[in-house]
Parts: sequence; structure tokens; C-alpha cells
Amino acid sequence: MSALVKLTDVSKFYGSIRALEGVSLEVHAGEITCVLGDNGAGKSTLIKIIAGLHQHDAGSFEIEGEETRLGSPREALDRGIATVYQDLAVVPLMPVWRNFFLGSEPTKGFGPLKRLDAARMREITRAELLRMGIDLRDVDQPIGTLSGGERQCVAIARAVYFGAKVLVLDEPTAALGVKQSGVVLKYVAAARDAGLGVVLITHNPHHAYLVGDRFVLLKRGGMAGSHAKSEIALDELTRQMAGGSELDQLSHELARATGPDVIGGKRVATDEG
Amino acid sequence: MSAPATAPAQDTAADRSAHRSHLRRLLGRPELGAVVGAAAVFVFFSTVADSFLQASSLSTVLYASSTIGIMAVPVALLMIGGEFDLSAGVMVTSAALVSSMFSYQMTANVWVGAGVSLLTMLAIGFFNGFVLTRTKLPSFIITLATFLMLTGLNLGFTKLISGTVSTKTIGDMEGFESARAVFASHLTIGGVDLQVTILWWLGLVALATWILLRTRAGNWIFAVGGNSDAARAVGVPVKGTKIGLYMAVAFCAWVSGQHLLMSYDVVQSGEGVGNELLYIIAAVIGGCLMTGGYGSAIGSAVGAFIFGMTSKGIVYAQWDPDWFKFFLGAMLLLATLLNAWVRKRAEASK
Repeated sequence: MSALVKLTDVSKFYGSIRALEGVSLEVHAGEITCVLGDNGAGKSTLIKIIAGLHQHDAGSFEIEGEETRLGSPREALDRGIATVYQDLAVVPLMPVWRNFFLGSEPTKGFGPLKRLDAARMREITRAELLRMGIDLRDVDQPIGTLSGGERQCVAIARAVYFGAKVLVLDEPTAALGVKQSGVVLKYVAAARDAGLGVVLITHNPHHAYLVGDRFVLLKRGGMAGSHAKSEIALDELTRQMAGGSELDQLSHELARATGPDVIGGKRVATDEG
Repeated sequence: MSAPATAPAQDTAADRSAHRSHLRRLLGRPELGAVVGAAAVFVFFSTVADSFLQASSLSTVLYASSTIGIMAVPVALLMIGGEFDLSAGVMVTSAALVSSMFSYQMTANVWVGAGVSLLTMLAIGFFNGFVLTRTKLPSFIITLATFLMLTGLNLGFTKLISGTVSTKTIGDMEGFESARAVFASHLTIGGVDLQVTILWWLGLVALATWILLRTRAGNWIFAVGGNSDAARAVGVPVKGTKIGLYMAVAFCAWVSGQHLLMSYDVVQSGEGVGNELLYIIAAVIGGCLMTGGYGSAIGSAVGAFIFGMTSKGIVYAQWDPDWFKFFLGAMLLLATLLNAWVRKRAEASK
């Protein structure tokens, strides 16, 4: 089976600035591909290309084996790629069910009597959220009253309901506590089990390793590594993610600069090599 | 022993939480603060002014409410959509002037003038919305500019064409009687004389409520006011929605303007300045959030009703009408505080 989304040697330049160079990535149905990287590593540029906000300058972008160049987020949605952004595309003061269907509201009746099918909208929202394991007593409450994790889950459930084949999640756990993160990761796994291909962007290797099937590491716009889960252990992933050799260097420098053996600006003795 | 004892306890807890949920939903209605305020104002003037409860007085109060209310409806929708329109007050006068002057100068049927006026107003509304969505400048600035330009045009054109600050009478022209019947007639229901504007007002409130709560457009209005970036990301036509809202304000300004013209058959070109704030006050008293995304058309009607009761109640109580502005200001402050408090209570827990 061919990959749902396949990027091969994709590059993106903003003028003369290299935002992304030679990045390859595959997303398969029922799998989670994690994209890991530090701030400025090119994660958001990568998302924007997959989501149709930007176009790549070099390399190839295939959707289900077909070479593609997406013109708009709408086009990406129509091709089955749904993106859930970090800042959450919800309207806080609107009820959960209105948010769930925003932009794709079902109607009934004709002409001037054409109206929202509110009963069905409420019913579907409740059922779809329940399917993802969220039991909301009242879908009429403003979505702003839900926790950050629950809001992420509503956005995910929404993408699943509207027929997304590929789900792109931008730092879904970044602003959440430990427990909430766990809840969100459970729904990410639920989306995978529903047969979606998931791209999970994160800078937390522990979260990535819990659910990921393959890991793509980005560093300053380039590929720093690509591993299947069987090929890499969490320790190694964390080390690479945290900067690998750079981290060793840093710990060395920190130890020298702030160690207890610094007296009057003069380093007296150290047992480090 | 313990098992049967805990079961009923859980039941009552569930009951209590269901009760709380109903109560919270009621408290969560945007109109609630305004309804409580309206009841208080009603009781107050019923006590201090003996003639307030007479049918003829209530009819006058309703008429005063409807003239503000017709405009408060689209202004409320616009505020829910996250924008202001400071040109709404003078636009009413512009609508009356265009209508009157076109009919008079062209010796055309009054309805032709009204038609030209409608098209002109919709064009001004479109202009407001188009410039706003194009430039992304605050609506405060753009509609303030429109407000000033219209104020100048109203006075300038009227003086240029008729030589004075008011228009020539069109009372003897063809179509005037039928236009007056539509925009400025009286109905007698059960011995009470009612102005037709009250019907326009109630009709517009009903229509706006339907649009807001039961159509896709209504969903979009809440969304563009609540979080326009999120709305755009899920495919809501943000620009179209905003332009449509400004055109709705223009349409209602046209209705109000025709009423103004048909009631007297002449128009003073300097009228309407300052009324835009009354519309905004009615919408805010009715529960619209200044920041958008929250409010209701019914609330704006209750706000306009409070305005009508206060402005006429002071007269019936035989007080100096100068006190009116003070009452309006106090009312605005109280309503806003009450709304803020109610909303905080409603959103406090889930």
C-alpha cells in the first residue's frame, strides 16, 4: 500500500533563507509519524506545506501516490488532510456543537426556511465525542469552558468525523499538564486506530515515543534523522532530540562556568577532562 | 445497610446538578440582565408616574422604543460579529434625504425615490464592510470616517439643492400616501393607537433571532466575532459575513429613514448625529459583548424598550427631561456590570 502522504527531499526557501531543506517523510494509514525538533527547526514550515498554507520549492509531495501542490487549506481539507493547530481553531464563547460543525453546518428545509439541523448537530456531536471517549453531559456549554485537552479532542473528533484521512497535529500537548497530555495522546491513538494517518509534531520525545511508529528529527531546517520505532530506544531519541553532541558540550560549559569550584572568577581546580 | 443508603443520596446529587445546569443555562442567556433591568425600570416608573400604565402612554413608550429598536437590531448583530458602525445614526438621515430629494428633483413617484435611497444605502453599507475587510483597520476608525463624510454630505447637498437646511415637502407627491401607509401609519388595535414602526421592529427582531440561532449565517456571525482566525481556518467566509452585516445596518437605516421622511414629509439635514451611540447602548444593555461573539437580537429589543420607558417615563413623571441622559448613563453602567457578573457566574465552572 502506498503512503497517504509522502514527502521526498522537500525544501522551502523564504527569499534567501533556507527554512527547510531535503526533508523526507512518510505517513501511512493507521500509523503515527512524529516530527521532532527544537524551536526554529522547521516544524511549522513543514506543517504549513502539508496543510496547504505554503508550497514547497523543491522535492516532491505526494498524496496517495499522486504528485501534488496544494493551493489552500481548503484544498488540503478536500484531499483529506485536516490540521489541528496549537492555538486551537475553536470559538470559545460558542457552544460545543456549533463549534463542531462550524463552516460545514448541515441544514434542512428549502429557500427562506433553510435552517440548521440543530437536533442532528447536537446528536452527532455527542455521539462522535463519545466514540472518542469524551462523555459530555451538555454539548450546549461554551467550548471555552472545556479544558485545553478536551478542546484538542473536540478538534480531533471533528477532523475524524469530516472524513480526514491524514490528521496533522501541531504540538497538541505543548500547553498541557501531564494528565491532560495523557488524555490527548489517548485520542491521538484512537484516531490512529480509526485508520487515520497521523502526523504528530512535538518537541517532547517522551510523548512521541509513547505513541509514535516512526520518528523524523529536524534540526535547523534539515533532517537530523529518521527512525522506525524498532530502530531506536527512548534514551537515544531523547539524546538526539535534546541536541546530542551539543548537549554534551553545553553540560561541559555549564559545569565549568557555574561549578562550586569557581572562586573570585578564577578556576582553581577541576577533575573534568 | 450502606448500599441502599448511598443510592438515594446519589440521586439527589444528580438532581441538584441537573437543576444547577438548567439554572446556569438561564443565567447564561445574554438577555437576562436586560430583562431584569427592564422589569425594574417598568416597576419604578409605574410607581412614580401615575399615567405611565395607561394604554396611550404605553403606546408612546413602544413607539419611542421602536425607533431606536429598529436600528439596535442590526447594530447588535454587527457587534456580535465583532464590529461597530458609528455611521448608523446619520445614515438614517441620509436615507431620508436621498429619498426625498430624488423624488422632488426628478418629480418621480415617492417609491422610486425610496428605491434609489435603498440602493444608495446598501452601497454605503457595502463600502463600510469592504473597506474594513480590505484594510483590516479598526471599524471604529472607518465608520467614524463614514460618519463624518455623511454628516457633511447631508448638510452640503441639502443646502446646495434646496437652499435651506431642510428638504422641500413631498406630501403632495404621487405615491406618498401608500409609502406613508407602509412606513409611518397608525393602527388601532383594541382602542389603542399603535405606530406601524412597532410591527417593523418586532418583525426585524424575529427575523434577526431566526438568522442568529437557526441559520448557517448566524453561526458564522458568532464565529467571526468570537475568533475570526479560527472561523477562517474552518472555511467560514469572514469577509462576506462582515460585509453582509454592514449592509443589514444600511437596510435598517433605510427603513428608519423612510419612517422619518413619511412621518413629516420634510427632513432636517442635521438630524441623526449621536443616535448611533443610542443604538450601541441598546445593544450593550441587551447583553452584547463589546469584544464580539456574544449577544442577542432580543436583548437589543429589551435594551431599546428600557430606552423608550426611561425617555417617556421621565416625561410622565413630570421631571425635567434633562435627567434622561443621566438615567441612560447609569442604566448603561448597571447593565454592563450586571452582564459581566452574570457571564462570570455562568462560565465559572463546567
